[in-house]
Amino acid sequence: MKLPAERGPISRHVITALGDDAVAVPVPALGPGDVIDDADVQLALWVIYELHYRGFDGVPADREWDLGLVELRRVIERRFEAELRATTRDLLAGVPEHGDIGQQLLDLVAEDDSPSAAAFMHRKATREHLVDYLRERSVQQLKESDAQSFVLPRLDGSAKAALAELQYDEYGGGRPERLHATMYAESLEAAGLDRGYGAYIDEVSALSLACTNVMSMFGINRRLRGAAMGHLAAFEASSSVPCRKIAGGLERLGFPPAVAAYFHEHVEADAVHEHVASHDICGAMVAADPSLREDVLFGAAACLHLDGRAGAELLERWTAELEQAS
Amino acid sequence: MSSGVVVRLCPGGPLLVRGADTVLDAAGEEHEVTRPVVALCACGKSARKPWCDSTHKSIPDR
Repeated sequence: MKLPAERGPISRHVITALGDDAVAVPVPALGPGDVIDDADVQLALWVIYELHYRGFDGVPADREWDLGLVELRRVIERRFEAELRATTRDLLAGVPEHGDIGQQLLDLVAEDDSPSAAAFMHRKATREHLVDYLRERSVQQLKESDAQSFVLPRLDGSAKAALAELQYDEYGGGRPERLHATMYAESLEAAGLDRGYGAYIDEVSALSLACTNVMSMFGINRRLRGAAMGHLAAFEASSSVPCRKIAGGLERLGFPPAVAAYFHEHVEADAVHEHVASHDICGAMVAADPSLREDVLFGAAACLHLDGRAGAELLERWTAELEQAS
Repeated sequence: MSSGVVVRLCPGGPLLVRGADTVLDAAGEEHEVTRPVVALCACGKSARKPWCDSTHKSIPDR
């Protein structure tokens, strides 16, 4: 994958630092605004995280541990995490301090009333809107489940066995063609899009980047392992029904079956995974270490907040287009 | 792989089945199990029976 195009001073710093003409330059300070929807900051974070996944053409692999970039990563992460904690505080204040954590996670998702981009895709969206959706989500789905794999060595016992079981299914259950990330690539290709990893990095929104970055932040930092698994539970529990609607929308618009195949797979897989993630992983984790309870709930709330905003952003864009066209 | 099959009922949701090779549906037709865990429809409304497709979430509480 090639390094992406810069989107401002912070991403310029990171991309320049990784380029051929790398020189030691002072790190620019973050601006005063939120980093959650700052495309420049989110792109910088995404590039730094990618050094831990697939890396970039021409960038030496050991830049993964470039101390200057690791320090910048920590500066951005502190802000990103603080904003997410602040924005989810009210939602989490309503969750009782005791009780079945698995059920509490499922209840949080069931009570989420974010506007549904999936319902729009099911009934109203145009072909271009579905293509837009596939492109925006490509940065996260082409490395589907990889961030959560970082958590495996930080768990033990029942929680570890359950995460391994879930990941085995995500990774195709021994069948490479059923790797979910590969199925997403097939879906992109069948829709006439570029299946290449990172192909649309220059086009996706700040919130699309934030949705994938939050998984990396939770997955890579052992301290945040509770949040990583809470996020996973909320992500899985908010997937099956929307995937059914998106598959219906793709079929309504006459996309080839290979495009919808990824979504059909997730209708079934995530109907299983939501229970495995909430009860078998998070339930076991909190039973083994009750101090993780707060972070498990935080991770779930962060998932709902970011996915809700990313969905609302697409809905706004699409409805504005429809109104303009009519 | 455990030799036993374990079934768990999720309140208001599907039956989670671990360790099965085959599921027989109501018509006696065999469905191969291709996941480590599968969710079987318990509400009767799934469009992908015998598998759960989360339709139960769209049905008011019984």
